[in-house]
Amino acid sequence: MQFMLLFSRQGKLRLQKWYVPLSDKEKKKITRELVQTVLARKPKMCSFLEWRDLKIVYKRYASLYFCCAIEDQDNELITLEIIHRYVELLDKYFGSVCELDIIFNFEKAYFILDEFLLGGEAQETSKKNVLKAIEQADLLQEVRYTPNHSHVWQI
Amino acid sequence: MSPSVPLQEMIRAIRSARTQCEERGVIQRECAAIRAQFRQADNGGRSHNLAKLLYVHMLGYPAHFGQMECVRMIASPRYSEKRVGYLGAMMLLDEKQDASLLITNSIKNDLSNSNQYIQSLALCTLACMGSAEMCRDLAPEIDRLLRASNSYIKKKAALCAVHIVRKVHDLGELFTKAARSLLTEKNHGVVHGAVVLITELCERNSETLERFRKTVPDLVQIMKGLVISGYSPDHDVAGISDPFLQVRILRLLRILGRNNEGASDAMNDLLAQVATNTDSTKTVGNAVLYETVLTVLDIKSESGLRVLAVNILGRFLLNNDRNIRYIAMTSLQKIVGTDHNAVQRHRGTIVDCLKDQDASVKRRALDLSLALVSASNIRSMMKELLSFLSSCPPELRSQTASGIFNAAERYAPSQRWHIDTILHVLTTAGGDVRDETVPNLIQLITNTSELHCYTVHKLYRALLSDISQLKVWAPCFFFKLKNVLSAFKPCTYMSVVQVTEDDVLDVLETVLQSHMSFPSTRGFALTATMKLSTRITENVDRIRSIVSIYGSCIDVELQQRAVEYNALFKKYDHMSLFCSAAICIWMHLNNVQSAGLSPPLCGVSQVCDLLDLLGGSEQPLQPSPALGSTAPPMPVSTANTVGGDLLDLLGGLEPTPITPGLTFRYIHTKNYRNRKRLTVYEKDGVTVTLSCEKQSDSGLTVTLTASNSTESDIRGFTLQAAVPKSVQLHMKAPSGDSLPARGAAKVTQMVVLNNPNKVA
Repeated sequence: MQFMLLFSRQGKLRLQKWYVPLSDKEKKKITRELVQTVLARKPKMCSFLEWRDLKIVYKRYASLYFCCAIEDQDNELITLEIIHRYVELLDKYFGSVCELDIIFNFEKAYFILDEFLLGGEAQETSKKNVLKAIEQADLLQEVRYTPNHSHVWQI
Repeated sequence: MSPSVPLQEMIRAIRSARTQCEERGVIQRECAAIRAQFRQADNGGRSHNLAKLLYVHMLGYPAHFGQMECVRMIASPRYSEKRVGYLGAMMLLDEKQDASLLITNSIKNDLSNSNQYIQSLALCTLACMGSAEMCRDLAPEIDRLLRASNSYIKKKAALCAVHIVRKVHDLGELFTKAARSLLTEKNHGVVHGAVVLITELCERNSETLERFRKTVPDLVQIMKGLVISGYSPDHDVAGISDPFLQVRILRLLRILGRNNEGASDAMNDLLAQVATNTDSTKTVGNAVLYETVLTVLDIKSESGLRVLAVNILGRFLLNNDRNIRYIAMTSLQKIVGTDHNAVQRHRGTIVDCLKDQDASVKRRALDLSLALVSASNIRSMMKELLSFLSSCPPELRSQTASGIFNAAERYAPSQRWHIDTILHVLTTAGGDVRDETVPNLIQLITNTSELHCYTVHKLYRALLSDISQLKVWAPCFFFKLKNVLSAFKPCTYMSVVQVTEDDVLDVLETVLQSHMSFPSTRGFALTATMKLSTRITENVDRIRSIVSIYGSCIDVELQQRAVEYNALFKKYDHMSLFCSAAICIWMHLNNVQSAGLSPPLCGVSQVCDLLDLLGGSEQPLQPSPALGSTAPPMPVSTANTVGGDLLDLLGGLEPTPITPGLTFRYIHTKNYRNRKRLTVYEKDGVTVTLSCEKQSDSGLTVTLTASNSTESDIRGFTLQAAVPKSVQLHMKAPSGDSLPARGAAKVTQMVVLNNPNKVA
């Protein structure tokens, strides 16, 4: 996978993960063009499209578009499954996830993604294991937090 | 994990901004606060600040001042800060930034940390944005982790190694041994990582590929375990056990079995099993089947298995899900060359997909349909393709038009059908037809002489009804216009239509005046009007007035032509035919050069025009004795052969390197203006001019001069000429046969023409 973008129906970017080195300007340009292209597609259309020399696989979940750019040899259908698996992980973690969850907790969405994909490839194929790892990492974050601080954690 | 309050407050504040300006204000304030915080000492809120900055960055605002903060955070002992620091590094730093090198040391330390979650952060970051230097530095560490750690780290280290190999190909050697041993692990994640790593290593290096062929039995074993074993809740997706791993293994098997009988045999049974047993009701199953099909088609599989694979694709084509149909067509496209008959069986479904709503599906269907056209199904396929053309999206039109032309050319059952098809395409999508195809059309129409009248009638009718598609096919029509007048006798194919000269001129005038015409179209119209003057007996005045209007046209090209035509009218009434011929050739040369059309074929039509003008005859021209044997290969009809000989000025003349005997031929033109020099050819630095001198009533001397302005000599340069049967030609010896560079000297040649019968 070269990159993954999550954006709303108004074209606002909610998450971007790049696995190839590109300058900020190029990233912005690609994002802009791709968002436009995908948003222009009608609801019942094919989930795959060819864009530049990449294959784009996208799927809409409620108000969010999940869009991945894969290489020629990659399997499009399994990429759809990868997207679905990521949505399931988010759902399990946040409990019935919606776009607002991803907006307000974007860093956690990244952490979950980083436990599932590494360098553009799936690293753990078991849902349970991914969730367990995130849980443990979160605990670690809590435990290591020094108690003599003025900020109050909300539950 | 508890939410980060400061971050959420900021997000709320930004979202409640009602205008872009307000938002920018909020963000500027926040960024200033963040910058101030960064400068302060450690205050416990660093991770929140960096998170805020990352959010701002995602919105599209500049955040480069956070880069150093990321570096500092990564070095922090606190896990929460490290986590956000690494996230910031992946978002803000990429290998092009200098700051990225600073984190190499931190990553190195973290890779050896006792806590696996910290190790995982480092691995993740390295795999995401590690530059080549970083990879080289840290590769030994990764190798160590591949061998001796728990499975959680091993699977991450494997994918990290994949990234390293992609960045620095040589390091692949380092990981081969470790990769091999990882295949035997029980943990799915580790095996998956190992398979991806091995795939990457094999793709890069063919020696490694040879070595890994030995793993085929192991891979087959693992696959069998996945396919046959019972329900495993951890990895199950809709009844398929670990589809991600299955797909990766199949892909690796594909690479290992390619071009290798032994490996392909070893996996045959497995592939058959997977193909038959996988449940294809959900996308997951189809994903595995798809990968299986790709593998079967790529390795040296036995024929039964291949048939099975193609059948699966056929089933996919009938699936309701558009995605499945799309990938089925993509795969069929890959094998349409080799398994043509198998794909033909599904032609009906493919053609139906042309009518699908989705543009991606349509494109695939178009590609496949064009590949499936053959002599036996040409008529039905063409019907489908033509109806597709009238309703297809604009971006596919020119591709469809060219495809139709190619197919028609190869498999046309009859001339008339061919012309009908072409005309249909032109009327539907004339504006989208590619320029290169026009000469082919002109040539085709020229060839089918018996259908000239039919063609012309049809074109005329079409032109009357719709002027908007003129751009491309106007030339076709106009070049044949001269036949319109002679074709006003009842035609076997069309009903009698009384078309008078006035009608024809009306049409031409409409074209000239229509604001939708391109300048090139107008040019053609003007030339056609001119040519008509040689045929029309009554309305010459009308033609003159049309032409003279353009004497003051804005377009330089048109103006030049109009002025010259006018001059002709005035001076050389009796020689009009000759002059028209000469001018037409000259104009055609210019047209061809400016329109960039494929020269030899264009030449054909132009020459045939010339011949028609001169003799009004349909008989083929006899080649003159001066013609050499190095005629370019031309299609069968003699008219074309001669045409090709007569005009191949613009084809492939190269000043360097010089091939001996390279010839170029030019049109022999008749009287133009006494003693006037006329440049008939100027390309690639070679210039040929001719001047005429009338000797007697039926004799004419033409002097041809060639010069070369390029940097190198042209050797073996000869001029050849051909003339109609009624004219005699004597070519005197040229002054030399090499053109020195930079116009140092010229080559001249005299040609004597005799037209004893004074044939027009």
